[in-house]
Amino acid sequence: MFPARIWREFPQRYRREAAICKKCGKRYFPPRLICAECGGRKFETYVLPDEATVVTFTVIRVAAQQYSDMAPYAIGIVKFDDGLQMMGQIVDCDVDKLKIGMKVRLEFRKVQSHDHHGVLSYAHKFVPKWY
Amino acid sequence: MVGIVGYGAHIPRHRIKVEEIAKVWGADAPSYKKGLLLREKSVPTPDVDTITLSVEATRNALRRAQINPKDIGAVYVGSESHPYAVKPSGTTVAEAIGAVPDCHCADFEFACKAGSEAMFVCLGLVKSGYVKYALAVGGDTSQGAPGDALEYSASAGAAAFIMGTKDVIAEVLHTHSFMTDTPDFWRREHEFYPQHGGRFTGEPAYFRTVTGAANAIMKKAKMTAKDFDYVVFHQPNGKFPLRVGEMLGFKKEQIEPGWLSPRLGNTYSGASPMGLTATLDIAKPGDLILMVSYGSGAGSDAFVWRVTDRINEVRDLAVHTTKLLDENLIYVDYGTYAKYRHKILKNK
Ligand SMILES: [Zn+2]
Repeated sequence: MFPARIWREFPQRYRREAAICKKCGKRYFPPRLICAECGGRKFETYVLPDEATVVTFTVIRVAAQQYSDMAPYAIGIVKFDDGLQMMGQIVDCDVDKLKIGMKVRLEFRKVQSHDHHGVLSYAHKFVPKWY
Repeated sequence: MVGIVGYGAHIPRHRIKVEEIAKVWGADAPSYKKGLLLREKSVPTPDVDTITLSVEATRNALRRAQINPKDIGAVYVGSESHPYAVKPSGTTVAEAIGAVPDCHCADFEFACKAGSEAMFVCLGLVKSGYVKYALAVGGDTSQGAPGDALEYSASAGAAAFIMGTKDVIAEVLHTHSFMTDTPDFWRREHEFYPQHGGRFTGEPAYFRTVTGAANAIMKKAKMTAKDFDYVVFHQPNGKFPLRVGEMLGFKKEQIEPGWLSPRLGNTYSGASPMGLTATLDIAKPGDLILMVSYGSGAGSDAFVWRVTDRINEVRDLAVHTTKLLDENLIYVDYGTYAKYRHKILKNK
């Protein structure tokens, strides 16, 4: 992947920075330039929490080659307490024991390594909450 | 007062038992367990590397330090398994915690003592007033060659320390570094696995260097082994830290809280720093802790820490190291381990 694309997303990928509309309070992740609710253009940055709840998931058993070392793995959508949602991989778990409604913790992980020569990309994955 | 204002560790959840490795190579597991006092080691999944471990450990340190990451003026990650040959690990760590852009950053290397090196430099920087806070991380996802003795120990984990002068948890009273050119362990450029001098890694390397640093700092501090509540040594296996402790006059009770290697393995740059985090997790105000790292090549950094009252306020603000070590584990077989560690040759 061309580095510029992931670099633009570092605030979201690395720091989970979301946006809240200063005019109407609507929250966005990833942030937007114009509020879909009120047309407002001023946003405040805030950081999403490190815990969430699984809303839905699917299990990938036949993975694309670059993810084959992780198969089988789950991709899920999780919901934060404020209602925002994020999609990502659910790891460090038995995929057959995953349940909608389970609590997860966000952990910083490598998401792509582009063989042995490309730029490494990092973001958050979800792991079952256990403490 | 100069010292640690926040500390934290991170360990992957996966483990492999000594028996599982020994089975593959036809080795005698009981003799490894008894000879090196190793039971199992942590295994990083393919999405875990020194950078991810460093970020998670640092986030735990920040939970305890309760400072604004923007006030961190220096970020140093010490490792022998930096994911890139060219491009710092520290920039990603600093970006992830929000310490950028007004920050000095460098990656450190010195076999297993890269983490304590970073700690030493950070203490100097906050003491001089150059920066308000400085972050030192020691972490590794090290590899031993298949079938080599190192394969039973080389593991993954990281510890992070934020140094500062206000709200100190553990004050640094003394430091001492001991260093000679002793080629006991090395990895040449483009080589995948390291090589070592077998028994040469023991007496003239680890034991001479660790006792050299420990004796010198105790002389400097006018203290002896019995003056300390706890001691943390570099732990390439379970046996070396116990034996060096005995040589220096320490009792097993002083070593035990920071003696993680039997169930963690050797986390290289993370080893003695992680031992220190586990010791701080149980320390009381006023306790004195001696820490001595070791890096092949070879050198040791020694520190005398005095725990302050603040430990009781911050200890439970982040997960304890022994919780990460002993709970919620996933055991893998050798095949899975070999896949995770890229030991299997695949078609491109
Ligand atoms: Zn709006």
